[in-house]
Amino acid sequence: MTKAVRLELNGSPVAAVAEGGENLLALLRERLGDTSPKAGCLQGTCGACTVLLDGEPVLACLTLAELADGRRVTTVRGLQDGPRLHPLQEAFMDGFAAQCGFCTPGMLIAAKALLDREPNPTREQVIEAIAGNVCRCTGYTPIVEAILDAARRLAGRRG
Amino acid sequence: MAKHRGRGVASVNYPIGMNLGGDPSQALVHATPTGKFVVALSSIDLGQGMKSVTRQLAAETLGVPVEDVFVDTADSDTGPHCMGSFASRGTHRAGNAVIAAAKEAKQVLLEVAAEELEVDPKDLELDGRGKVQVKGAPSRAISVRDVAQRAHFKRGKSISGRGMFLVPPSDVDPETGEMNPVTTYAHACMVAEVEVDDETGEVTVLSLKAAYEIGRALNVKLVEQQLVGGAWMGISHALYETPEPYYPDRAHGPIDFNEYLMPGPADMCPVQIDLLERPALDGPYGAKGIGEMCATPPIPAIANAIFDAVGVRITEMPFTPEKILKALDAKRGR
Ligand code: FES
Ligand code: FES
Repeated sequence: MTKAVRLELNGSPVAAVAEGGENLLALLRERLGDTSPKAGCLQGTCGACTVLLDGEPVLACLTLAELADGRRVTTVRGLQDGPRLHPLQEAFMDGFAAQCGFCTPGMLIAAKALLDREPNPTREQVIEAIAGNVCRCTGYTPIVEAILDAARRLAGRRG
Repeated sequence: MAKHRGRGVASVNYPIGMNLGGDPSQALVHATPTGKFVVALSSIDLGQGMKSVTRQLAAETLGVPVEDVFVDTADSDTGPHCMGSFASRGTHRAGNAVIAAAKEAKQVLLEVAAEELEVDPKDLELDGRGKVQVKGAPSRAISVRDVAQRAHFKRGKSISGRGMFLVPPSDVDPETGEMNPVTTYAHACMVAEVEVDDETGEVTVLSLKAAYEIGRALNVKLVEQQLVGGAWMGISHALYETPEPYYPDRAHGPIDFNEYLMPGPADMCPVQIDLLERPALDGPYGAKGIGEMCATPPIPAIANAIFDAVGVRITEMPFTPEKILKALDAKRGR
């Protein structure tokens, strides 16, 4: 059974036809051409595929594509504002918080979900927020620091 | 039943590159018609920063801004030959090749500029900001862009260079089996502080402090990034990771991220790193390599710290609670 899925991807209305049982990650990457969420494990254990569904972080590899029908999906491509990077992206760059970069989109989205809900998180809350995201390169410390830094940058922007 | 603290030290002497039948890397550098430079390389960037370091080395050698250098590692089938990104060799081996290629390209650049300015190439220098100028008379100058244009469209010349770096094969002494596999070594010393719970056998790493002697750090931020990531990997090797927990029995091996244990962000301790820069004689601007050695010192340092804390020697990685409790039982005669 195929199903037409209409959703709002990073602010723009898009539509695609999903096979029955197809997951949201495949829909985004293969049908809609947004390869920013990564396919790490395809079984919910690495976090590389994390996207926001109506603002909540979900693992796209475990989410049925048709569940996104009529809803808002945000991937890391939707973080920046025109040419202007999101403070999280800036903080990751300045803090050298990526090496191979494979975990980075999932980390950024998990961090975005945290900062949307808790603009001034503690270190423990940051660690908790990325506990489901595996990184094999950085040792996590630079990522935790970058998220804390981004929270400060965002507070600065709010003034 | 209590928690015990211990401290352990490890020192490391690490070879840069390898040598079976020789260890070569090649690079090609050429200018585009707009005066930008492209370095073609088969040494792959897998997050360690090969491209950044290559840009820096080429820009420094050519005398042009780093933004004007692009690195193409697109295809190891068709690119200049390289043994690969492994054995901590990328910066050292490929870096030397990049410098050699950039030198040759610079020579052509200066020759074309000399013809245009009607001076001797030896009297020319690059200002590092996109100009070739006469030494001592910087107002007599031509932009690198214009030189590239003239070379391409007027003089029919390719501003390009070939670079090769080879550590030749080392013969094995038939009497002793001795050989000299590498030309340079990096060094490190690390102190690990741990807490061991003698009831659960659990080890918490409290801190890692290290000094690394790595020749010249071409990009300090990339070096630190790799050393911190490597410290995490070392903790992971020491305390968590194994594909075969009951080796030689192959049963119960982990098959995914859920079962293959690695430390998470909450298990990571503060890491303090000091760099000692003693340029290597045959390194690119004195650099050695840090790729693999970043993950090794935590393992013996943590093993020694466990011994210091609770007096048991664990000689098999990873140092799991199970092994520590067994060793404690044996020590208590149970
Ligand atoms: S790819 Fe979805 S959690 Fe790993
Ligand atoms: S940067 Fe490589 S997995 Fe995180």
